[in-house]
Amino acid sequence: MTDAAIEEVPAEPAPPEEAFGALVTWSRGQRVLHPTRETYLATVEALRDAGFIMCVDVCAVDYLLAKHGRALPVGIEAERFEVVANFINPAERSRIRTRVQVPESDPTCPSLWPLHAGTEGPEREAFDLFGITFDGHPDMTRILMPENWQGHPLRKDYAMGRIPVQFKGAPSS
Amino acid sequence: MTAVETPAETIDYHARLRSGRGVLRMSEVEAAQHGDKLADENDETMLMNMGPQHPSTHGVLRLMLELRGEQVMRSKPILGYLHTGMEKTAEDLTYLQGPTNVTRMDYASPLFNELVFSMAVEELLGIEVPERAQWIRMLMCELNRMSSHLLFQATNGMDIGAVSVMIYGWRDREEMLRLFEKITGLRMNHNYIRPGGVAADLPDGWRDDLLRIFDTLPEHLEDLDTLLTGQPIWRERLQGVGMISTQEALDLGATGPILRSTGYAWDLRRELPYLRYDQVDFDVVVGTFGDCFDRYAIRLNEIRESMKIVYQILEKLPKGDYKALDRKVTPPPRARIDESMEALIHHFKIYTEGFKVPEGEVYVAVESPRGELGCYLVSDGTSKPYRMHIRGPSFVNLQCLPHMMADSLIADTVAIISSVDPIMGEVDR
Repeated sequence: MTDAAIEEVPAEPAPPEEAFGALVTWSRGQRVLHPTRETYLATVEALRDAGFIMCVDVCAVDYLLAKHGRALPVGIEAERFEVVANFINPAERSRIRTRVQVPESDPTCPSLWPLHAGTEGPEREAFDLFGITFDGHPDMTRILMPENWQGHPLRKDYAMGRIPVQFKGAPSS
Repeated sequence: MTAVETPAETIDYHARLRSGRGVLRMSEVEAAQHGDKLADENDETMLMNMGPQHPSTHGVLRLMLELRGEQVMRSKPILGYLHTGMEKTAEDLTYLQGPTNVTRMDYASPLFNELVFSMAVEELLGIEVPERAQWIRMLMCELNRMSSHLLFQATNGMDIGAVSVMIYGWRDREEMLRLFEKITGLRMNHNYIRPGGVAADLPDGWRDDLLRIFDTLPEHLEDLDTLLTGQPIWRERLQGVGMISTQEALDLGATGPILRSTGYAWDLRRELPYLRYDQVDFDVVVGTFGDCFDRYAIRLNEIRESMKIVYQILEKLPKGDYKALDRKVTPPPRARIDESMEALIHHFKIYTEGFKVPEGEVYVAVESPRGELGCYLVSDGTSKPYRMHIRGPSFVNLQCLPHMMADSLIADTVAIISSVDPIMGEVDR
């Protein structure tokens, strides 16, 4: 199932590995790109041109309570949020993942919608549950929670069961 | 790779997907105001809600439709009626309790959810799963794929008005669930596939029971062919309805039967094999036109392909352990607890605090009956996931709906929703 050998081969080459304009790390044999918010779109566009034409998933992670440092390449500053996107290259049958650091003070990130229309729903979900705004997204609204919901439930400082269910009547004519 | 025969080459799908064609982006408040405005301006379009209680919306999917007469101009799927925060719940359950949570997501194919979660945990742990467990998992998943597709045949038939087909599909699915009950103890939400292997070995007599089902199943699939596939009314109702092109499907991230119906042969079991799918022989069923009929036919024929795989599994199923013997991960057998102090300690530790998983993050995906089912798992070194995200194929596939429905008739929306086969438990999580 897992192959420890793969993980160790590209462990620490002298110059940091770079691909598609972003630093590369390996996690359990899976290739991970670390673009910054500024280079995110350019990286994903380069990926698409290189054959990674399917963006299967976008999700976010809140690292507020993570005790230990994450395995980030040198030069990438760890921030509270991370936006993770997964891509497939059907021709080469390979996968790749991007992880973008998004700071708490300015939780925005470029949207992949202009490049992959299928990210519309997942990015709305990340906005709904984490409060990360995606620039360039056509419809930045809640998708799973009611429209008038307060807060973003998957954030780590949003305690479970803190608020009694508060569904209000939907406005209708 | 393009398979669409219509003058599709001339259409710029990239621009069309982003032009707002067919896609309604309107909040509840705006929709309510739209209703007030309607009377004054004598507008020809009207907004209509379909669901969330409509019997053909497969649970609690709600559609906001903008209609001009009988024609659907734009539509918006409204989700969240079944949102119970399962990804949040997962952060509070140990890795051993995890499968009980994820199995409730896609309740028509629960074993796939357990599988993808367990595979992600094993990837982080770096443990090897015994050969027999891999094959049992494959067996169970293929049977589950069949039961899920049979359920699709039942509901699809019912949606389109072939009500008797519902009974036909349900009958065979019920047989399959009875087998699941014998093997796992439960008809649904099995919690059978767990990190490290499966919960229990196959019980006595499972092979006979399985073969008994397989004796009659091909005949019953023939019945479906007779009742549906060759019927002019059925074809009239589905062919050319809800068309989608390969470029659109890829751009929208659609996977599973929707992507394959456009003629694009992408099946993770073959392209990025997991378990032991590289050791069995099967065909990837593809369509041509990307319409509702192709999606129906693909699912029907995938049942036959799954049967083919199961017959090979019956031949090749090896003997051995059904779960990893790493006592830090899987509990010891009940009998050992009476004899061994270590076994008792392991048992106690696993069921109280659970096992710790090394730090890291991993994305694992399997081919569920609806497409790519992925699990993104982040561990911070404790015995509970730091973050668990499930990439539900239904959730992503639902985004195709507005594009498939653009300019279609209301009567066809039911056929189109049904052909996407969304399971709302997985969409809303």
